Amino acid sequence: MRIAVDKHLALLFGGVVGLLVIASLIGWILRSRVKSESGRATVTNLNARIRAWWVMSAIFAGTLVVGPFGSLVLFGFTSFMALREYITLTPTRRGDHRALFWSFFIFTPLQYWLIGVRWYGLFSILIPVYAFLFIPTRAALAGDTERFLERAAKIQWGLMICVYCLSHAPALLMLNIPGYAGQGAKLLLYLVLVDQMSDVLQYVWGKLAGRHKIAPTVSPNKTVEGFLGGVLTATALGMALWWVTPFTPLQAAAMSLVITLLGFFGGLTMSAIKRDRGIKDFGMMIEGHGGFLDRIDSLCFAAPIFFHVTRFFYTPPSPDFPLFRWFIAR
Amino acid sequence: MSKDTHLLAAALAQFARLASGVTTRWIDCQPEERQRIYFANHTSHLDALVVWSSLPGHVRRWVRPVAAADYWNKSWLRHYLACNVFHAALVERSENIETASGERVAHARMLIERLLEQMGDRYSLIIFPEGTRGSGENVAPFKSGMYHLCRERPHLELVPAYIENLNRVLPKGEVLLVPVLCSVTFGPPLQVRSGEGKNDFLARTREALCRLKPQ
Repeated sequence: MRIAVDKHLALLFGGVVGLLVIASLIGWILRSRVKSESGRATVTNLNARIRAWWVMSAIFAGTLVVGPFGSLVLFGFTSFMALREYITLTPTRRGDHRALFWSFFIFTPLQYWLIGVRWYGLFSILIPVYAFLFIPTRAALAGDTERFLERAAKIQWGLMICVYCLSHAPALLMLNIPGYAGQGAKLLLYLVLVDQMSDVLQYVWGKLAGRHKIAPTVSPNKTVEGFLGGVLTATALGMALWWVTPFTPLQAAAMSLVITLLGFFGGLTMSAIKRDRGIKDFGMMIEGHGGFLDRIDSLCFAAPIFFHVTRFFYTPPSPDFPLFRWFIAR
Repeated sequence: MSKDTHLLAAALAQFARLASGVTTRWIDCQPEERQRIYFANHTSHLDALVVWSSLPGHVRRWVRPVAAADYWNKSWLRHYLACNVFHAALVERSENIETASGERVAHARMLIERLLEQMGDRYSLIIFPEGTRGSGENVAPFKSGMYHLCRERPHLELVPAYIENLNRVLPKGEVLLVPVLCSVTFGPPLQVRSGEGKNDFLARTREALCRLKPQ
């Protein structure tokens, strides 16, 4: 086990602990101040969320310090649990059993193993190509044609969101960014921090200043004020943290804007699914937050885009890439 | 004279809880140590294990699952698991006995007596009145055994337990587990009413079980 905490990482951890202490104090003060029935329920939920944040932050920081293996296990486990919640709420049939077994016990671990051995080529196509073709084939071999396309599509979608998309967060550890070697953990922490702070700030701004609903049919709790306030403050936070990334302050702001916007789209899309299924949360494993999938919905959308934008602009392109030749020619 | 839970039973119960991610709900009913009959829908081999493991430990050790002797006596391992590990009450299913109807009645009577003997004045039972595993979508009509059992002990509480999703974890004819999340919902206890006919009783208890289905 290699324990390596550089100064930047230690500072970030310190910042997170500081934030949690402030949040806990605010929660503690609110508990004695708020008297109304509905206000009490909100404060109780808020305090449950803060407690869960302490636990999640501690686990995430612990796995980050252990090295890539720790992060892969944590994100792999999270993918597994998210897929579990997703499949539970998706009506599948007896004929899907083997395809589901493959999704949980072959494709999910394989996807994270590929990150561990830094096999980028297969990592990027395992689920969109191989699993995509395998799942309907396995279901067809099982011989049940009822709602066939719907069933296959739902399993494919679950694998894409819960496993493929999320796996791009720890995949940041395998990027070779010149001048930033061996510092992928900081980039992963940066992504998770900006993404999750965007969720938190949208929630806080929504509770404090929310007036106009932004998508009343999909998510009645999301407001225009919450969206704008959250996205802007989280982007500002991401910009202020530019020193842990390979980005300049302006680039960090642009990257944070990408993360926060995608995070918002993720939350909105997953809310639409929950609405369609007639549920409020995907699970109840994380007190105050719902399930795993409820907590990571924004990260599932932000991670792959952040990964690819970073990979495109900050790692040396392959020499046969036409744009690259064009750049060189100039 | 408390009976200790077999170590392997405790381990398997823990495994079943993990594999099925079971959520337990109690609706108008409390997990108590009193003598009861828990009756559940039957959709998977894991049913008895999951219902058993979703009871709290102090209740659990006085609860015996009822299982089919023809299945659980097939091999030494199955017999050991059923009898020594889970202290199951094994019964011969009447379909497996090809005899005249008079002998069937005699067999049924013997079966009820055997179950009563296994219960003593302390043990509760977990039974699956459908008799065999279903598809998981519908609850099949109940077999009459439960009625005769309750007629003999009219003061016993009958607790319905609806098992959701376990057929997706391990459907009939499968050996591989898929970790779909399950739930067990215990409902308000019932009792056999005086003068209640067999068909009315079976329909009423089945109805009480179906009502517990989530959504």
